[in-house]
Amino acid sequence: MNSRMTGRALAGWILLHVVIVAGAIAMFFPFLWTVITSISPGVGLTVTPALIPENPSLDAYARLFAERPFGRVILNSFGLALVTTVVQLITSSTAAYAFSRLPFRGRGIVFAVYLATMMIPLQVLIVPLFVELKTFGLLNTYLGALLPTFASAFGIFLVRQAINQVPRDLDEAATLDGASHFRIFFSVIIPNIRPALATLTIFAFMGSWNSFLWPLVVLRKPELQTLPIALAGLQGQYTTEWDIIMAGSVVSILPMLALYIFAQKYVIQGVASSGIK
Amino acid sequence: MTLSTARPGLADSSTPPKVTYRVRRGKGRYTLTVLAFLLPSAIPLTLFVLGPMVAAAWISLQKWNLLAPMSFVGFDNYAKLLTDTTTRDVFLHTVYYIAGYLPLVYIGGLALALALNAALKGRAFLRGIYFLPVVTSWIVVALVWRWLLNPSNGIVNSTLAVFGIDGPGWWTDPVWAMPSIIIASAWKDLGFVMVILLAGLQAINPDMYEAAKIDGAGWWRRLVSVTLPLLSPSTFFVFVISLINGFQVFDQVYAMTGGGPNGASEVVVQQIYDLTFRYGAAGEASALSWILFIVILAITLIQVRGQKRWVNYE
Repeated sequence: MNSRMTGRALAGWILLHVVIVAGAIAMFFPFLWTVITSISPGVGLTVTPALIPENPSLDAYARLFAERPFGRVILNSFGLALVTTVVQLITSSTAAYAFSRLPFRGRGIVFAVYLATMMIPLQVLIVPLFVELKTFGLLNTYLGALLPTFASAFGIFLVRQAINQVPRDLDEAATLDGASHFRIFFSVIIPNIRPALATLTIFAFMGSWNSFLWPLVVLRKPELQTLPIALAGLQGQYTTEWDIIMAGSVVSILPMLALYIFAQKYVIQGVASSGIK
Repeated sequence: MTLSTARPGLADSSTPPKVTYRVRRGKGRYTLTVLAFLLPSAIPLTLFVLGPMVAAAWISLQKWNLLAPMSFVGFDNYAKLLTDTTTRDVFLHTVYYIAGYLPLVYIGGLALALALNAALKGRAFLRGIYFLPVVTSWIVVALVWRWLLNPSNGIVNSTLAVFGIDGPGWWTDPVWAMPSIIIASAWKDLGFVMVILLAGLQAINPDMYEAAKIDGAGWWRRLVSVTLPLLSPSTFFVFVISLINGFQVFDQVYAMTGGGPNGASEVVVQQIYDLTFRYGAAGEASALSWILFIVILAITLIQVRGQKRWVNYE
């Protein structure tokens, strides 16, 4: 702080830091409280856990995995998120290449239709999708949960923006060397759009890991459930055993947290750029 | 600039190609190439988005319980829904949600963005903390807030009790159920709005502030006359996205109150879900889905057309 600050500037400085600190506490405390609760055994109908647990224990976690198929549930979520991510990377980058580099008649209209699918709420599709997958015998299968996530207009848009930024001179040079479009795609474009692909990887993974409505509709068997559904189900079984419910929440947050810390830059860039470009 | 390139439909996608890709030598082969690049996405989008969208329109004209054969009823489902008080209630609850959520998340996000933009140290770290709830799933957010706002032994009411305040019943009380959902939702999305607004703030030319300062404008004056107008494209984006998502609110309602108590927080999507899977009224559910879609589309179009009046694209 500067000693020559006027009273007004000082007031501003204080206000600024009050906002910043209050914001950080408000955003972070609920996470802290979740962890504290999960290691405070015996949180029942009336007890509020102490800020510093007297007898911290991992009991709730042990019970979670012993009494519910939580190991399996985590594997389900992880597998589905992984497949969704890989497939979306492929479908998004190939489509984006076509929309950026392969002119054809009606391309503008096709692209507009692709983008319009972003506006369609999943809820509108629930009934027909349910019937469609039932007809194909895909209810209660992983494939049924996966199929509707295979192409994402958002992902296509994101990657197309990135491909548009790659100088066309690079393709031109490759074309002169006799490279095909597949060759250009793999050796010129892909290496130049890695940041966008990283952003998409995180969004696709996060979207799948956190998705609720569609898995809730398709995956009805307990052993097929994903984390959000199993979590929502915990409430039914352990109505007031908050240590267990919070342990489940911690288990569900940790992998996302790890991914987020590792790739924060790409997540925030992705969100920030969607608003100003 | 802004939204037109970043969002649906409005983007100019027909950039003229500089390279003539040997089109003449093998037109058939070129077509095959285009298909090879396009089909991996076109097939799933057609089968799992566009097809079902059309099918939903057809189903909305039927009486159908998902099991027995359909019977065509024309616009009966729509007529029934539009005169039904439940439909009115679920839309009112959804609008209530948006009316509470949007100001909270926008003003909160703006305050944090302004603070971080002015802060010299720790900006990246703090931004990371504020953003944390965004990567958390709605279900976790709902469970955590159910616990924080637990009427009997949640930390919020326990803390209020220390000050001698008798906290409300939150999600167990029909009056407080929706505010509970609003608080939890705003908490989750604050970081998202903050990041978008911060990016917008950082794109503002500092000379503009200098000029305003020289003219003797105070902090508030600069905020209202310089910052907010120049930030309007980001604000517009936040409003459009928030309204689209707000009308589709479901996960957190399902996990926090289940629409209760006594339907006090029942929202449109919950009603679609219940009509389909609890009441076996798939036709009505599809009709309600289409009504919701048309409402969202209309509101988005109104916003896009109205933006000329207040959005400043330099």
